[in-house]
Amino acid sequence: MADHAIVAEGLGKRFGDVTAIDGVDLELPAGGVLGVLGPNGAGKTTTVRILATLLKPDRGRARVAGFDVARNPAAVRRLIGLSGQYAAVDPFLTGQENLVMIGRLYGLPRRQARRRAEDLIDVLELADAAGRRVHTYSGGMRRRLDVAASLLAAPLVLFLDEPTTGLDPRGRLALWQLLGELASRGTSLLLTTQYIEEAERLAGWIVIIDRGKVIVSGTPGQLRARAGGDRLDLQSPPGQDPRRLAEALAALSTAVPAVDEAAGRVILPVAGGAGILPEVATRLAAAGLHAESLALRRPTLEEAFLAYTGQPASGPPAEPAQAAPDMPGAR
Amino acid sequence: MTAATGTGARPGRSVPFLVSVATITARNLRRLVRVPTLLVFATVQPVLFVLLFTYAFGGAVHVSGVAHYIDYLLPGIVVLAIGFGASQTGVAVAEDLATGMIDRFRSLPITAAAVLAGRVTADALRNLFVVALMTGVGAAIGFRFHAGPAAALAAVTLAVATGLAFSWLNLLLGLAVRDPESAGLAGLFPIIILFFTSSALVPVATMPGWLQAFAMINPVTVITGALRALCLGGPTTRPVLEAAAWLTGLLAVTVPAAAACYRHAAGA
Repeated sequence: MADHAIVAEGLGKRFGDVTAIDGVDLELPAGGVLGVLGPNGAGKTTTVRILATLLKPDRGRARVAGFDVARNPAAVRRLIGLSGQYAAVDPFLTGQENLVMIGRLYGLPRRQARRRAEDLIDVLELADAAGRRVHTYSGGMRRRLDVAASLLAAPLVLFLDEPTTGLDPRGRLALWQLLGELASRGTSLLLTTQYIEEAERLAGWIVIIDRGKVIVSGTPGQLRARAGGDRLDLQSPPGQDPRRLAEALAALSTAVPAVDEAAGRVILPVAGGAGILPEVATRLAAAGLHAESLALRRPTLEEAFLAYTGQPASGPPAEPAQAAPDMPGAR
Repeated sequence: MTAATGTGARPGRSVPFLVSVATITARNLRRLVRVPTLLVFATVQPVLFVLLFTYAFGGAVHVSGVAHYIDYLLPGIVVLAIGFGASQTGVAVAEDLATGMIDRFRSLPITAAAVLAGRVTADALRNLFVVALMTGVGAAIGFRFHAGPAAALAAVTLAVATGLAFSWLNLLLGLAVRDPESAGLAGLFPIIILFFTSSALVPVATMPGWLQAFAMINPVTVITGALRALCLGGPTTRPVLEAAAWLTGLLAVTVPAAAACYRHAAGA
């Protein structure tokens, strides 16, 4: 095994007139976890598909588990597992049949394929459903089966493209725990996600891709620090000017507070975690102001983008989906 | 957790070709029995073809030199049933593209050839079943092989080989159009048009002159002619060689084209 699970240099790929990725560099030490963040259309999936040998890059080179993906894809395929964006399992086979089939296609002898399938069915809590055809499964169960399929040959490097999309909170936590355990036992992991929380929770390294380029990379701590720490999110009651909230708390803010006057919402980048909350309460009381709701939270991906790209917010982002079109990173 | 992380299961070599073909064939055969559409295309429809065409046209069509219309009819509708069934191959491969199954297969240490071969092998087994079923139903209403067991065996082989060519054609169509519904239509149109402009139902001599020219070179006419020669008796060398030439030509175009489409399919 090479020192690096993944090394990619200057990967580029175009589809017709559309540049999917444009000079992506990545590095993942063996046994590490790399989180690739970015909005839809940023180039995350294209990057994964190139590294998993499904796509040939137009330019650049990449080595996965020590082998060049373009020159020796067969060697790479023996050492990787892939769980793509859509659960790629056969709806007309049972969960068990799907896994045994994939095991056989990884070259496991029949008995070993069956045993591995049974083990993974237990690990991913699919025992009750293993004998049922997959078209009766919920989205979350399919997703878990797909992850199980990617683990059949105990891959050295595991690619997971938005693995928790479609999972309920409990399923998401369970999968995070499983991935954490895999990583702690030496499997190198690359996962793409739209959730900064997911990347923070699992990844030792994070890369943010936007419009086909890596815009920032580092440890979660580095990224958070550069994104300006936490966000204090306040809702002003009706009839109270939200600008007064922003003024009263401005001294606590690490950057210019964002005020949405129409919505009565104020968002302040703050540092120091929950420790600043007493100070917030004191200052609000001193100014005779009220907050209908108050939340201290991590920056959303969109807010992090704003911080990294240095563009001022035109207003506080509402829901990420609504905010996305205004973001420099969005398509 | 050792289950998920243990390294003992990791294979160090490529998967033997035949193992991967057999595994994918088994998957497709399972689907054949479990997907209602596929089951109907392989069972109900061939039986209906034999009964409907025999009783709808049998009273009206008299072919000189043939005592029972079913003897004349069966080879043609076997080609039709196999052609219709093959359209589902294009549908299935387009579905596999859409659902990510092809991505999954391409990320495994198996060859593209194994995925495609597993597909057409399952089709060939289905076609063998369809031919047996239609022959059985035909026999119940009067069909007989008149040229001996060797010729009968050759007829079955030719029918299955025809299915192979149709499968590759539909693999190509499915991989090219990439949408299951379009793939189904793209697969059915050619066989419907070729079937009704061929000698499958009526002798070419009964058609208007302008159509005769096309009907004579129509591959369904050529293949049906060869099957009839093997079933009914008479000179077989020339019709069988002509049919073999058509099938070889079709395979020579569709196999490399489908393989190329498969390799590029996930990239687009």
